[in-house]
Amino acid sequence: MPRRGWVSPWRSGPPASPPDPLPTTTVAFDPDDPLVEHLAQVAEPIALDRIDLDSPGVRALKAAGMALLVPLVTSGELVGLLALGPRRSEREYSTNDRRLLQDLATHAAPAVRVAQLVREQEAEVLSRQRIEQELHVARLIQQQFLPKSLPEMPGWHVAAHYQPAREVGGDFYDFLQLPGGQVGIVIGDVTDKGVPAALVMATTHSILRAEAARLLAPGEVLRRANALLVEEMPANMFVTCLYAVLDPASGRLRYANAGHDLPYLRRAEGVVELRATGMPLGLLPDMDYEEKEVRLEPGQGVLFHSDGVVEAHDPERTMFGFPRLKELVAGATSETDLIDRVLTHLAAFTGPDWEQEDDITLVTLSRTATAAVIGMDGPTDAAGLPPQARVLAAFTVASEPGGERAVLPRLAAAVDPLGLPALRRDALATAVAEATMNAIEHGNGNRPELPVRLVVAATDDAVLVTVTDRAVHGPSPEGPEQPDLDAKLAGRQSPRGWGLYLMRNLVDEVRTRDQVGGHTVELVLHRDGVAS
Amino acid sequence: MTPRYPVRIPRARVVVLDLAGDLRAEAREDLEAAYDEAASREPQTVVLNLSDVGYIDSTGIALLVGLLARARRDGRDVTAYGLSAHYRQIFTITRLSEFITIYDDEPSALGHVTASA
Repeated sequence: MPRRGWVSPWRSGPPASPPDPLPTTTVAFDPDDPLVEHLAQVAEPIALDRIDLDSPGVRALKAAGMALLVPLVTSGELVGLLALGPRRSEREYSTNDRRLLQDLATHAAPAVRVAQLVREQEAEVLSRQRIEQELHVARLIQQQFLPKSLPEMPGWHVAAHYQPAREVGGDFYDFLQLPGGQVGIVIGDVTDKGVPAALVMATTHSILRAEAARLLAPGEVLRRANALLVEEMPANMFVTCLYAVLDPASGRLRYANAGHDLPYLRRAEGVVELRATGMPLGLLPDMDYEEKEVRLEPGQGVLFHSDGVVEAHDPERTMFGFPRLKELVAGATSETDLIDRVLTHLAAFTGPDWEQEDDITLVTLSRTATAAVIGMDGPTDAAGLPPQARVLAAFTVASEPGGERAVLPRLAAAVDPLGLPALRRDALATAVAEATMNAIEHGNGNRPELPVRLVVAATDDAVLVTVTDRAVHGPSPEGPEQPDLDAKLAGRQSPRGWGLYLMRNLVDEVRTRDQVGGHTVELVLHRDGVAS
Repeated sequence: MTPRYPVRIPRARVVVLDLAGDLRAEAREDLEAAYDEAASREPQTVVLNLSDVGYIDSTGIALLVGLLARARRDGRDVTAYGLSAHYRQIFTITRLSEFITIYDDEPSALGHVTASA
């Protein structure tokens, strides 16, 4: 019986335990050792003293008292090595011994290879799980700091889209309520990916929120944020960021830019980039940021974006690029569906097998109508109103039982100047109360903290009232079934279920639409309509 | 327990329910108690006095449908008076007016009852 030595494999991982208690020796050698290639070529048992190589491995094996090497070769690759000491009989290994060992090696080598593959795969799974876990954490951090809702301003439409890459890329955006009804808009991108980027994003987010609350000038906010971030920023990281402050009443948009992609302003005359110079945040101390200003008129809008769109590639490695994006903005007549159109074009450009390379963030802001706001006491959504509509009132009610009753005096005050006939006015009031009750009960699930938003507006021809809930409980369960009094009296239908039916019969048009995070019912009463 | 809505018997086999306030889902128990009280007098006609009802919503309509269904099972007529033009419109839209005869005021409601008796 030969003495055996186990040679530690040059693949990673410890050698397997021998199946019996014979003494073993560990000899480690480098995967680049010329012995490795030599044995792969020989591929049969070979006496150690017949190997003429300048090899640390050979020296180590000799020092361990080995005499015969049996390479385990499969598919031309050395996957293991059986090293044997001298025969106990102190005779040379016979031809028969070698044939037996060669047979053994031929059978063992594929099995050893399979075992190695299994172990490699296990290690790979573990490492993939670790990476997934890290990505998960990065996503969690990032989502924590993305705004939960959009600012709602009568006469304005705001939309946002955030789509993280698999390796979370560090994009962020934010909306800030500022004094005097102004709204701050932030869009930014942290260099680097994963958890480090997410942590820098969180820090930047907090600093911007704190500074924006103290300072109104966007250039000054970025200057202070840079000064604070320079101290905190890990090496080789920085943040590009655009900060804009909108005054919804006047349409004035002030902005400053720390090296972020330029927003596009869409006007009837064409699309222009909103330029302002400034270095990215966190690179150098004592930076100043140019501050610019533009006035958005009704019908105009702005697209804020991150580089994830323009730097996306098609299968031929062509970049989407700024001109394509600019063209999409130019082709829009409003921003309400611009995000959808950009995403559709991007998907067509990249093809179905695209793995998203970087985070994609899009924020649109557009001025839809001239808002003459009377008695506004809360956030509202005037999206979808015709441009010529005048907003008469915009307010919210809490989603509590009976909240619809609180709407009626405010509605009455808002429409009073229109001089509607009493019957038309009452019909509108009941329809609005029913829509509000549905929004409270079904849309917002009677959760008092969720507001129902109402906007009352008028054109020369019609009164429009929109009632918007958060759509947490889906649409009204009344469904398409028409209430039928005969069926109800006979007990074949619930006595309830009159709300939508009443609305449809009391006003001239009832429209519904769903948007992100909300469901809106729009009631239209023609001003020249006659009482039915 | 005293029902919130008073019940009067101005004529033999006629009971008037004096409803008041908002007619909404919250009024269900009061309305049912009033109908129970009225039904115990075995009237032929139940008259709903809506003069002091300022607000009826779809859940109030549902209560009236429920009351009407009970009355019809009991073989009683239901009439009403004191509706504003707006609520007359709603009774028309819902077709309640096909089952509940609507009068301008109490004398005409009772006069009709007398005439038909």
